[in-house]
Amino acid sequence: MSAVVNTAPVRPGAEAVAAKGWLAAHKWLILRRSSQFGILMLFLAGPWFGIWIVKGNLNFSYTLNFLPLADPYVILQSLAARQVPEKLALTGAAIVVLFYLLVGGRSYCSWVCPVNLLTDFAYWLRVRLGLKGSAHISRPTRYWMLGMTLVTAAVTGSIAWEMLNPVSMMHRGLIFGLGLAWAVLLAVFLFDLFVMRHGWCGHLCPVGAFYSLIGIFARVRVKLPARDACNDCMDCFAVCPEPQVIRPALKAVAGTPPVILEANCTNCGRCIDVCSKDVFAFGTRVNTTVAPVTGVPQAAPK
Amino acid sequence: MDNENKPSAAARRQFLADTARMACGVGLLGLGVGLYARHARALPPAAIRPPGALPETEFSAACIRCGLCVRDCPFDILHLAKPEEPLSTGTPYFVARQFPCEMCEDLPCVKACPTGALDHSLKDINKSKMGLAVLVDHETCLNFLGLRCDICYRVCPVIDKAITLDRQINVRTGRHTQFIPVVHSDHCTGCGKCEKACPTEVASIKVFPLYMAKGQLSSHYRLGWVEKEKAGGSLVAPDVEHRYNMPEGMKYESGKGLSGNPGAVPPAPTPPAPVALPKAFQGNKL
Repeated sequence: MSAVVNTAPVRPGAEAVAAKGWLAAHKWLILRRSSQFGILMLFLAGPWFGIWIVKGNLNFSYTLNFLPLADPYVILQSLAARQVPEKLALTGAAIVVLFYLLVGGRSYCSWVCPVNLLTDFAYWLRVRLGLKGSAHISRPTRYWMLGMTLVTAAVTGSIAWEMLNPVSMMHRGLIFGLGLAWAVLLAVFLFDLFVMRHGWCGHLCPVGAFYSLIGIFARVRVKLPARDACNDCMDCFAVCPEPQVIRPALKAVAGTPPVILEANCTNCGRCIDVCSKDVFAFGTRVNTTVAPVTGVPQAAPK
Repeated sequence: MDNENKPSAAARRQFLADTARMACGVGLLGLGVGLYARHARALPPAAIRPPGALPETEFSAACIRCGLCVRDCPFDILHLAKPEEPLSTGTPYFVARQFPCEMCEDLPCVKACPTGALDHSLKDINKSKMGLAVLVDHETCLNFLGLRCDICYRVCPVIDKAITLDRQINVRTGRHTQFIPVVHSDHCTGCGKCEKACPTEVASIKVFPLYMAKGQLSSHYRLGWVEKEKAGGSLVAPDVEHRYNMPEGMKYESGKGLSGNPGAVPPAPTPPAPVALPKAFQGNKL
């Protein structure tokens, strides 16, 4: 019964490594980690080495005493608590909103947010340890969380969520001193590892929920120029932190054009890496006219 | 018809149950966050906000916890609150006994604030109200003990306005003066230099957030002498001129005290004989 057969689960992406080589099969992952660590280092260069390129943290930063960048989500909470920030913070928030309107809101999650490093590590470990099973919380819970943070801001008249927010706690902690914030971060890590697959970033985080709303109209999107070449290896689903976003575009559900339009796609590009058939590529949504897909019936025009 | 309805009814039930579960869970978390935020509303007594900080309730809504004030403070006195500290996580404060505000004239921390949580209309550091110094312990203040410590008065950046020395008679010695440090709230900026410099083991003068340090008279109170000055005379019956009955050669002037040379020192009064208790109160009987 327990004859050892060569059926050890092939890690997702193995096929792509074989087809394209290791570097090409990790291109976007490497770029993304460089972006995450690079941004963190820009913030840390000041306090650690006295090189003040960027001052502040992700809530508000000032680059070279010229470029203000503010987290529009924290500004929104401030507004909900009935405080109108001054022009500099509003300008910073406007720049950030415009940027993510272009590159996709949840790009923040995969290319900037420090907690992503933590939860990606938790997921990697979860797979490595073969931990099965996951609590069920529906993905839209994050929008309830988003609503909750705005309601608590309005009711308490303070930016209440900032007292717990693991995202700003981690970033601020690394730059200004962690204190007991490590306990909150450990809780997020353990939750993702033992309780729920992609638990925090994929289901609960209100920051991601907020940025997904900005991303509804994002220009930069993952396209599927070669979706006909898909061999159903499922590697993209295995690595995607939001796998529900792939299916409509990949399988042309109800005539979906070959571009991932779902706002919760984090533009991490890992699907591009692991696809041995090069189904995916970054592109813009400008040309989203439905290309006729062979074998899949088109949705009837309404 | 039934075949179509049954699964959709089940799905609807599932959807409603899921939604209710989600709403309850998130609602509970929200309640926790809200209560937690409420608790952090009252600033702990040792934490002083940077100059120009809005009143605490508005500050916790306007401050976005970016730390730019911390970065631009040239003396590095400001910290961002850590989660375990009893004020809103990530908000800036300083502890006067560690490092008081150096009161930079160009207000770099206020200028750095991107939201106006540190009020940009504050242009003069001497007008700031970070807190208020209070001489909390009359038992340990060296000046109260009759010494000429005066350190809090000397280090005060608003010397002779925020802290003055009020001369009083030292009743213990009967012949010395106590120089009592008195803080005047209309000039004290709450920088905390007095608290930092106080030489007693635990500071005898401390800076507290304004809400803790400042009293307020009831709105119907009128100060008789102020009203009298305003009216140009007594509002009630005219004051009877006070007459002092002084020993020969002595003079008393209001505000100046006694002067002159007493003729002879009166003999010390003999201590009064102990008064016997009435019978009724002796023993344990009435």
